[in-house]
Amino acid sequence: MTAPLRLYVRRRETDVTDDDGHSVQISLRVPTDLDVVEETVDLVARHCLASGVAPRAARFVVRVALCEALANAIQYGNRMDPSKRVDVKVEVGVDRVSLQVRDEGTGFDPASIPVPTEPDRIDLDQGRGLFIIRQLMDEVTFNERGNSICMIMLRG
Amino acid sequence: MSFTVRKDDAKGVVVIGVDGQLIVGNRHDLKKKVLDSMEAGEQKFVIDFAETGYIDSSGLGVLVSLSKKIREAGGDLRLAGLNDDLHTLFELTKLDTLFTIMGSVEEAVGAF
Repeated sequence: MTAPLRLYVRRRETDVTDDDGHSVQISLRVPTDLDVVEETVDLVARHCLASGVAPRAARFVVRVALCEALANAIQYGNRMDPSKRVDVKVEVGVDRVSLQVRDEGTGFDPASIPVPTEPDRIDLDQGRGLFIIRQLMDEVTFNERGNSICMIMLRG
Repeated sequence: MSFTVRKDDAKGVVVIGVDGQLIVGNRHDLKKKVLDSMEAGEQKFVIDFAETGYIDSSGLGVLVSLSKKIREAGGDLRLAGLNDDLHTLFELTKLDTLFTIMGSVEEAVGAF
């Protein structure tokens, strides 16, 4: 049986002023189980909506990008090892939404992932996840080890 | 999330509705429904996304894989009912060049 999601929500001050001078940060520890991806994504999307993120951005961009990052972390990062976890941190700020997904794997080189829209790859049934994230988000960075992705969507 | 399967007997087309998400957690369920129908002799398929929230790369991958299998068996797969966001996803990945995408199920079924 899958362990329940653990969610921590805290508000902290930002150095950017807005109506209430706060950003909202949430943290989740997610088990290495593909069956919990949808629940995690929905939970984060609801939190973004409740924090004032535009509906289309919360319901589509955040959901798809987080779904891709979680699936990659579980399948390729943690290699389906149930003893490992995936940490998700979401920060909804005045001008941006930041999504960070960190697995316990050895990491990878994101530059080594080929572009899936090339003619010789277009009909492959995998390899589009990171490409989709890069297309949907405004900034995408990795840590040096390659086991943590940070995805930023600007709130326009 | 669930998948609904019905048959348009006049045209001999199997219509599968994706209610919710088509993602890494349920893509195999869709694959099984299509492969079971192929086992039963069906060759014409429409997948209806009118009630679909989002699709991830695993879901797209299953559609690519199924499309190949159906074509190899002499059949055809068409997609219908995509909203603007889902259309964007197919355009970004250039999969709109790989699939026949039609506005509605009725249009997709009628074109067989």
